[in-house]
Amino acid sequence: MERYIFYIVALGMIVSAIASVASRKMLRSVIYLLFVLSGIAGIFFLVDYNFLAAIQLTVYAGGIIVLVIFSVLLVHHIEMKLEVAKFINRLLTAIACLIGIIIFVTIIYSYDFKVAENSTTTTTAEIGMGLLSYETGGFILPFEVISVLLLAVMVGAIVIAKGKMLIPKSDESI
Amino acid sequence: MIEGISIYEILTLTSILFFIGIYGFITRKNLISILISVELILNASVVNFVVINKYLYPDILQGVFVSIFIIAIAAAETALAVSIIINLYRQISSVEVKDIEIMKY
Repeated sequence: MERYIFYIVALGMIVSAIASVASRKMLRSVIYLLFVLSGIAGIFFLVDYNFLAAIQLTVYAGGIIVLVIFSVLLVHHIEMKLEVAKFINRLLTAIACLIGIIIFVTIIYSYDFKVAENSTTTTTAEIGMGLLSYETGGFILPFEVISVLLLAVMVGAIVIAKGKMLIPKSDESI
Repeated sequence: MIEGISIYEILTLTSILFFIGIYGFITRKNLISILISVELILNASVVNFVVINKYLYPDILQGVFVSIFIIAIAAAETALAVSIIINLYRQISSVEVKDIEIMKY
């Protein structure tokens, strides 16, 4: 059963990802990205990391998608078609990416992974204890650093987005 | 781990997603589309961390922590990128890559 769910989710993700990078309408490609992100949350549910799936749904599908949709609506006319690269460029890039996929897959399949059979469920409490532990393998320092980073990003985003309207070009040109 | 699915199939899926992201990153001419492609690449790497943790080392949680940090940094990066794009659009009324010549504040 889970096997078929995985195949359906994987197929949907690949199709949506291709549509997301190939669609000529901005808003549609954002919505296709939303499908890909929800599919990734589905994979987290399948491998039994419920907390990560919840994070994926709230931060990515809830936060980042809304932010990107806002920026699309603020800077674009919805009807406007996007410019695309020249056909020959797209073809060459697609061939290069196909070669890359083939190389990756060959290397992955030639390596012998030592898979450990398990069906343990990770609780949120374990993740929280690990994040806040001082012991070896604890993640307290990166946790603190990332809180400072988020604060700095918040201040920086406000300062940059406030900005000045239209700097006069005559005085400040270099 | 997923019943009946080996690690190879999931790694194949994430490789395909990663290269779709790279394709979009190279061929798109618009800042927001490039941002979307970067999100695809980051997500593929997050799934790799989680799956390798689950299949190979189920008794420790390092991959989960690293993927939480990747998600947080990706959110921060998107917020900054969106603010830069909006500011740029106010100044030059365009978000096409070819129009952007100055990034001087």
